[in-house]
Amino acid sequence: MKAAVIVFPGSNCDRDMKVAIEQSLGTPAHMVWHGDSDLPDVDLIAIPGGFSYGDYLRCGAIAGNSPIMREVVKRAASGTPVLAVCNGFQIATETGMLPGALLRNANQKFICKDVDLKVVGENKRFSGAFASGQVVRFPVAHHDGNYFADDETLARLEGEGLVAFKYADANGEVSDATNINGSRNNIAGIYNEAGNILGLMPHPERLISEQLGGTDGKLFFDNLVNSLN
Amino acid sequence: MKARVTISLKNGVLDPQGKAIAHALHGLGFDNVGEVRQGKVIELDLGDIAAADAPAEVEKMCTQLLANTVIENYEFELLD
Amino acid sequence: MTEITKEIVAEHGLSESEYERVLEILGREPNLTELGIFSVMWSEHCSYKSSKKWLKTLPTEAPWVICGPGENAGVVDIGDGQAAIFKMESHNHPSYIEPYQGAATGVGGILRDVFTMGARPVANMNALRFGRPDHPKTRHLVSGVVSGIGGYGNCMGIPTVGGETNFHASYDGNILVNAMTVGIADTDKIFYSAAAGIGNPVVYVGSKTGRDGIHGATMASAEFDDDSEEKRPTVQVGDPFTEKLLLEACLELMATDAIVAIQDMGAAGLTSSSFEMADKGGVGIQIDLDNVPMREEGMTPYEIMLSESQERMLMILKPGREDEARAIFEKWELDFAVIGKVTDTGKMVLTMHGDIVADLPVAPLADSAPEYDRPWVKTEAPAPLKADTLPVPADLGKTLLNLMGSSEIASRKWIWEQYDHMVMGDTIQRPGGDAAVVRVHGTDKALAITTDCTPRYCYADPETGGAQAVAETWRNLTATGADPLAITDCMNFGNPERPEIMGQFVGCIAGMKAACNALDYPVVSGNVSLYNETNGTGIHPTPAIGGIGLLKQSSHMSTIAFKADGETILLVGETTDNMGQTIYLREIEGREEGAPPAINLEQERRNGDFVRASIQAGLVTASHDISDGGLAVALSEMALAGDRGATITLEDSLPAHAALFAEDQARYVITATAENAQTLLENAKKADVPLQILGTTGHNELKVTGMLAISVSDIRQVHSQWLPDLMTVPGH
Repeated sequence: MKAAVIVFPGSNCDRDMKVAIEQSLGTPAHMVWHGDSDLPDVDLIAIPGGFSYGDYLRCGAIAGNSPIMREVVKRAASGTPVLAVCNGFQIATETGMLPGALLRNANQKFICKDVDLKVVGENKRFSGAFASGQVVRFPVAHHDGNYFADDETLARLEGEGLVAFKYADANGEVSDATNINGSRNNIAGIYNEAGNILGLMPHPERLISEQLGGTDGKLFFDNLVNSLN
Repeated sequence: MKARVTISLKNGVLDPQGKAIAHALHGLGFDNVGEVRQGKVIELDLGDIAAADAPAEVEKMCTQLLANTVIENYEFELLD
Repeated sequence: MTEITKEIVAEHGLSESEYERVLEILGREPNLTELGIFSVMWSEHCSYKSSKKWLKTLPTEAPWVICGPGENAGVVDIGDGQAAIFKMESHNHPSYIEPYQGAATGVGGILRDVFTMGARPVANMNALRFGRPDHPKTRHLVSGVVSGIGGYGNCMGIPTVGGETNFHASYDGNILVNAMTVGIADTDKIFYSAAAGIGNPVVYVGSKTGRDGIHGATMASAEFDDDSEEKRPTVQVGDPFTEKLLLEACLELMATDAIVAIQDMGAAGLTSSSFEMADKGGVGIQIDLDNVPMREEGMTPYEIMLSESQERMLMILKPGREDEARAIFEKWELDFAVIGKVTDTGKMVLTMHGDIVADLPVAPLADSAPEYDRPWVKTEAPAPLKADTLPVPADLGKTLLNLMGSSEIASRKWIWEQYDHMVMGDTIQRPGGDAAVVRVHGTDKALAITTDCTPRYCYADPETGGAQAVAETWRNLTATGADPLAITDCMNFGNPERPEIMGQFVGCIAGMKAACNALDYPVVSGNVSLYNETNGTGIHPTPAIGGIGLLKQSSHMSTIAFKADGETILLVGETTDNMGQTIYLREIEGREEGAPPAINLEQERRNGDFVRASIQAGLVTASHDISDGGLAVALSEMALAGDRGATITLEDSLPAHAALFAEDQARYVITATAENAQTLLENAKKADVPLQILGTTGHNELKVTGMLAISVSDIRQVHSQWLPDLMTVPGH
């Protein structure tokens, strides 16, 4: 299996993503600079976190309109799995690969902490390591993670099992009290209809060893790599 | 020719910054202030574009990049 | 041409005797541009004219020190051909005037200081001091400073792993924002600032120059008055996105051998960077100002030279390497301009539109900067304040809760959750412990990083306070199991022209010197911020110390959290009955008086070496140094971190409030298995280290026999709520 990590000016979780993928994969991931015209033939495309183009205009807007993203959108449409984390999720919604948008956190503040997430939709490729309803722990680190979609979109996401993760407590209870950023329906991550794109605000790549404080991220990447091998 | 694009959040999209501004204004004694919605203004120098082409061009810029129509409305005026 | 009148000279902050010296050096009157250059170069901020005499007395050497003070940052060897490069710097005045941008550009500046030397920054920290919590400006300042620090560091993708925050009325009109950055470089790829190679190109990279921050350096060297808020336009605006690109571009170019010297444009912008590079290299520089990338039209030479626009660097390249370098900077969409060349004239010659607009000798201007031996008076050392002069509180549990929920001790989580403290994937000890720990990427090593200072001790007794600040950072590092390496100091004081303030400075330096020597813990970089006064009231003397230490095996790291039930809790060090300057005295008795806890540097060293060796030998399961609030607060913090309680029995040789809340130095709480506790007791005896068993971990309350019993969740409630409550706008 081969993986590529897309790097924009201002990406800053690109190395973390690379380390996490490589830890599970055992071979190097391709780092693809946004200005490079050709995207190698890969089995996984990761769009990492950061502040692409300084978050100017809107988070992810400028990267979303870049030539490399046009290619990513094409690949995704033909079935290549895409993992879009944090700023990557923002970019993915800007391109229309995923529905909705990410607004400023309801409390107006950047939030960096570990959060409990309830695994909701079933998707062997991305969350096969976890049972539906299980609670996993990934960190968040964002200023604009407040997921918005209109009522109709929201009903479709919920109805079709496309909500991947929800902000919850340690027992899996989903409530306003566990909604860290004001996201509609506590949504932390979603799949596209075809199930080959996962966008999520939390960072699985940050908890990949006991030394870093947890291994749920490692389980996530191990499963992802296995399912694509 | 120049254009001034005004972008605001759609009604129904929560605007916490607007709420914070309203709250701060109340704190300063401006009690009459009701709802506050904030947005942004983008000024574009369009060079020597033909006046007839300008509206369509700016419209395209708005939909393709300047506004995210999932959450934002836009309007623009052309200035000589 | 503007005539240089007495008023203009005074507006530039030069004294009459300093201006006499200008005339002597030039043999003529300066023009306005030249006067502006003298003014910033000789400002307190750039010249250290009041502090130099004393700074020179600090120890700066050790076998592991690669570069001490004088460069952009200090450099220490961390083995395997790698070095840690670090520094702390103040951005106090700008942060008071415009907290978001002031703090943000403070972070930007210190990051540049570190990556200028070839290091990739791996961690940021911040030492913050605000006015009293209920001061009308405090909430606004805390909110702005914290979001500014986060806004810059988060966007750069460099973790902000901790720091410290104090609140005290002495900072009501002068907050302190001290930002520290630590970076990692290869020892054979460290870059310095001395210009060399006659004819070599002088290159400008980064953002364009605008009119921002003109006279920021002189502002940072003047006392505030009520009009200072009018000075807002001089505050620079930061662009962390550009800085991120500048970082990547510089590191990419540094991987080649094209660079001769490099210097960031910080305070006093192009002026100080060009003069420092020329002076260090003993050469001249000629600059054509027409080639400086400019953001605004019609900028004068004066404005170009004094602008403090951010995210800019000055480099000397090897001849013929311009195109290679230009390609890298253009890839990162940054400005790149050859603006001049190195000359053998020893002069700084600036031209614009074909005219010479400044012609100044480099060495006299840089080296003959005024240096003052300002008059000073020693602060009278106060007498200790004995515990038996204070009533023992009826409810010691309630007293502890009061302290845990006080401004000094309450959790800073509200602050650090706004900082990305995990990006880069190497933060193995997050904020909230004694020191943060980040792995050296791709190795088994890790760096422990801390900042500390107890200004109330420094105010009461500067010498003890200066020594304590250094010792506490050493203790913080030790408590993680790291070997302390070196410090950076950020010296924040009031007006040095007042002898009592100068006396505080001299006293703190003396204490720091003694501690650095006793602990083999030299100063490798630093910064001085004077004139932190408003209407004649100075801040508490605040020599903020940033320390770093090395864990050769990151797996040896220790944390403060109680790890398991049934473990033995031990106290390292001795407790006395001096309650002077304690948080207990301030919060419970409402008094700020008496002598701070005494410092015994030999004992400090013995106790610390014992704790560190015990951690590294695997005998310790948790460790925490005892500081503000004393033993009871340290135990509470360990209980909170481990989410489990403890049962403690204290000897009755001291009054209860001293045993629980005295702040004696050189003390730690450690835990161990019952078996290892016996080994520790034997080892301590041999090492002449006071060590006693306090009790056992377990259950969900902190119980001190005959004194108090409170649940861990009650402690958590008061500890976690104070800062969010402070920062919540009423009715919001």
